Amino acid sequence: MVEKSKATAKGESSKWKMVSCDPEKCTGCGVCEYICSLTKEKAFSSQKSRIRTLSLHPLVNISIACRLCSPAPCVTACPRDALKQNEETGAIIVDDDKCDGCGWCIEACDYGAILLHPDRKKVRICDLCKDEKEGPRCVKWCPEEALDFVTKDILSQKARIAVTKKLFKESVEATGTKQ
Amino acid sequence: MLGYAGRILHVDLSSGQTWTEPLKEKYARKYIGGIGLGMRLLVDHSKPGVDPFDPENPLVLATGPFSGSMVPTGGNGHAFVSKSPETFAMGEAKSHGHFGTELKRAGYDAIVFHGKAEKPVYLWVDDDSVQLMDAKFLWGKSPQETEDAIRGELKDFYVRVAAIGPAGEKLVRIACIINDKTRAAGRTGLGAVMGSKNLKAIAVRGSKDVQVANRERLLEFVKILHERMKGPAARKYRTLGTPENVLVLQKLAALPTDNFTRATFDGAERISGEYLNERFVAKIIGCNSCAMRCEHIAVVPEGPYKGTTTRVEYEPLWAIGPNCGVGDLDAILKGMDMGNYYGVDTISIGGIVSFAMDLHEHGLITKEDLGGLELKFGNSESMLELIKRICLREGFGNVLAEGVKLAADKVGKDAYKYAAHIKGVEMSGYDIRGLKTAALGYAVSFRGADHNRHGAYGPDVSGKVNRFKAEKGRGKLVKETEDLYAVIDSLIVCKFSRGTYFEGYKDLAALYTAVTGIEMTADELQKAGERINNLGRLFNIREGLTRKDDTLPWKVMNVPIPDEGVAKGSFVSQEDLDLLLDDYYEARGWTKEGVPTIDTLTKIGMEDLAYLVECKKS
Repeated sequence: MVEKSKATAKGESSKWKMVSCDPEKCTGCGVCEYICSLTKEKAFSSQKSRIRTLSLHPLVNISIACRLCSPAPCVTACPRDALKQNEETGAIIVDDDKCDGCGWCIEACDYGAILLHPDRKKVRICDLCKDEKEGPRCVKWCPEEALDFVTKDILSQKARIAVTKKLFKESVEATGTKQ
Repeated sequence: MLGYAGRILHVDLSSGQTWTEPLKEKYARKYIGGIGLGMRLLVDHSKPGVDPFDPENPLVLATGPFSGSMVPTGGNGHAFVSKSPETFAMGEAKSHGHFGTELKRAGYDAIVFHGKAEKPVYLWVDDDSVQLMDAKFLWGKSPQETEDAIRGELKDFYVRVAAIGPAGEKLVRIACIINDKTRAAGRTGLGAVMGSKNLKAIAVRGSKDVQVANRERLLEFVKILHERMKGPAARKYRTLGTPENVLVLQKLAALPTDNFTRATFDGAERISGEYLNERFVAKIIGCNSCAMRCEHIAVVPEGPYKGTTTRVEYEPLWAIGPNCGVGDLDAILKGMDMGNYYGVDTISIGGIVSFAMDLHEHGLITKEDLGGLELKFGNSESMLELIKRICLREGFGNVLAEGVKLAADKVGKDAYKYAAHIKGVEMSGYDIRGLKTAALGYAVSFRGADHNRHGAYGPDVSGKVNRFKAEKGRGKLVKETEDLYAVIDSLIVCKFSRGTYFEGYKDLAALYTAVTGIEMTADELQKAGERINNLGRLFNIREGLTRKDDTLPWKVMNVPIPDEGVAKGSFVSQEDLDLLLDDYYEARGWTKEGVPTIDTLTKIGMEDLAYLVECKKS
């Protein structure tokens, strides 16, 4: 357990970048699922995608991938020590030899960001497209630019800008101030 | 043959038996998928002259080769095909959303429903497991409530559902089939066919991989299409959406008003796409796989219909708006929402209400007939009440639920003059008195009055041709756009994306080959479009339709546009129509009677269906 939380102790998690979705922009089109499954599974399949879209209502759409929690409850929950968090990137790495698909991690994840691979019966989690030169492909492919590959710090920055723009809508428009 | 699932599922609702057959590659090549494949399966599995509500009339549900793949707008389509209870001829309607994607993932290119269930059922397709489930608890529910209830019963939020509403159950002839809550396979009344089979809904979950032949090429092309979709080719759909048409058609005096009495609407600005976006549209969302996003979700901000949330498109907006003389968007949106709730074609429901208003204003039906309704053009409250009565077959609504053509027969006298329909299907929102290329397209459409079988309004509206003139050459124009539209509806890509295929058939053929691995050329694809249009014709001939069914609503042919301005005085005379039809039949290689010749059928590889016209040689 000590080793698992090392990254947090070092304070590196603030540098981790994750795939984040802006629900204001997301239309629920599922292009992220298509490109994810194609990249990772060489086929189109939403059930094998590491990012999932959810449409609760025509007005409520979002895509969800791993949030890089620190400490990560999924890592803690795994009874077989199959999950590890990469200290540098924060991605959760699954050891297929150890994972038996029990689903404790799925239950522990508050965001539903972990999937059980329907054929392999092992869990799969967004690995931030570590093998892709240009980073997460869903971010590159999202037609609405609703997905972003960002640190949590940048996310809060964006939220501050958005809320301030809303609050001072009139003066922003009057001065033509852009971000 | 990738892209395709390679399997067709048959469901006999009478016996409960289900079986599958492989999809023949020959059919895939020749009829592509979607409406083409669906229509071919209908021809193969039906007998001539069967009533649309007879258990022997099959209902076909088909996906396209792109369904389930990342082809923008192509990933999500599905089509329903059956003999239409409105036209007693070829009925077909497509829808988008997420349902078609899921059906492909479950491993089926098509489902053919035979027979009739003894009690209300819904079909539950979970990959290879296919079950008929009790639907008693769903009967009477709206498609939206049905979707939620099925997801609840099956305990999976990601199950996709296509369902009928109360109107389909009651065999209202304009009933539609709705998936993903707001998406309708709307035209030609196929929801009523589903209702006649006691089939309330189809629920699907698919976990299979969808494989394509050439991943790299496909991705490259998809990226290009994404970029095009963000550009001018799709600007209309991304910004104002189809309601942009309101002011465009108003300016051309082609916006039918008061059941085709006039061609301009006094309150057009207050129902325009511009006004709608400013005051009503809460969000624009998109279908599965699409990079365009066109679905304008509108919310009524205040008043008695406050909170009403519905998807808006021009056609229903027109049908329930100007066509009924109603210029109040709150009520129009409420009407559209009611149409979705009861499960009817929101174009046709507007057509029927406006027909009834016209009859009432001309004294052919009385306030007493209407159960006390003050049904004047522009009276939105009466309109909404009548929508409900039609959908539930209450009072005079029971007569109107038959569609304007059959209802006019029942009312008798001059009622037929006010029935704006072609082959039994209510008109859509173009005043074709002053759009004569479109008029031809409407007249010959195999599924009846419709702008979506041809898009022949294009050259009229853009000014490429003199829209007030009937002349030779229009037949070829209509044929060309019909062929393209048939291919679009068989691949099932979205019509709104048509501008992004810069090289037309060539682009579509390249996509087809990248997905399926079947070599396809632009020429061969165009031939397929021709084949599918001939197929529609053959079916209609088999069901007894002739040249005289290729006609136009009475008003279009007898009452010139009265509005002052550019279009004043225009209408389509019998001579106009005859000239246009002759020209079109010639362009198609059909006889004067509109029957495909054996020679024509042979040229496009349809010898196997030549028997359908052999007795009609002339």
